[in-house]
Amino acid sequence: MGTIPDNDEERVAKMLRVLPPAPEGWVKAAQELPRARREMDEIVALAQADRSFKDAVIADLEAALRERGYEVEPGLLPELRERLSSS
Amino acid sequence: MGVGMSLATVADADLVARCREGDQRAWEELVNRFSRYVYAIAMRVYHLSQHDAEDVFQEVFTRTYASLGELRDDASVRPWIATLTRRLCVDSLRSSDRELPVEEAIDSEVSEHSEDAMAELDEALLVQEALRTMDETCAEMLDRFFARDESYRTIGEALGIQPGTVASRLSRCLRKLRQKLEGRRPRFEPSRE
Repeated sequence: MGTIPDNDEERVAKMLRVLPPAPEGWVKAAQELPRARREMDEIVALAQADRSFKDAVIADLEAALRERGYEVEPGLLPELRERLSSS
Repeated sequence: MGVGMSLATVADADLVARCREGDQRAWEELVNRFSRYVYAIAMRVYHLSQHDAEDVFQEVFTRTYASLGELRDDASVRPWIATLTRRLCVDSLRSSDRELPVEEAIDSEVSEHSEDAMAELDEALLVQEALRTMDETCAEMLDRFFARDESYRTIGEALGIQPGTVASRLSRCLRKLRQKLEGRRPRFEPSRE
């Protein structure tokens, strides 16, 4: 059995340095995607079923969502607007 | 270290299958598993700004989630994510480099070294994979020291270890990690005399 050169461990250490963690907030937002998607589906369904809610989201989406207790990720608002306008 | 240690060693294909069934913890692990990779492609290979990198990062996982049902082979999720990330990075560069001719800008920024850089990231991902199979303290210690650039003192305080023993334990953990990598890639195999 041969010896293991020190530089192999140096290589492993280098590879560990190559992948630092992504910012925590980015990871958290991506992990929350399924919940956010479900929430968006729920909001669209609610707007289809409730005319006054649909009018409210068209007038001021963020205020209407706040009023109903929804906290939609800002990055998803454009997609939600599009879905609501075509629903 | 990651979310849900019991899922940390699950194969990519099984993880994708669980995600498709609506398993929230599996999705969290999938994001956790590939978040560094996507981040590094955007920042190290394509040198995007932090703002553009964040857009790419979120778009990659949004599209991945939306495409879980369309993957031809669950085991190929890593190359699938790599290809998607690279495409989105190039799109991002194209939309921001308006003052330069598009192809010139893209070519000068990414083509020359991107293949070597991607190969290095793939190798680093393999090391991360081996890290997930280690005992939690060793894995966390190595990650904190090498990937997060934390001092012996910070690591010692976080893990309840005397700072004076952190160096020797790091050395042992690094050796164990290297041993785990033997046979996975020629680069990590011991030399033969």
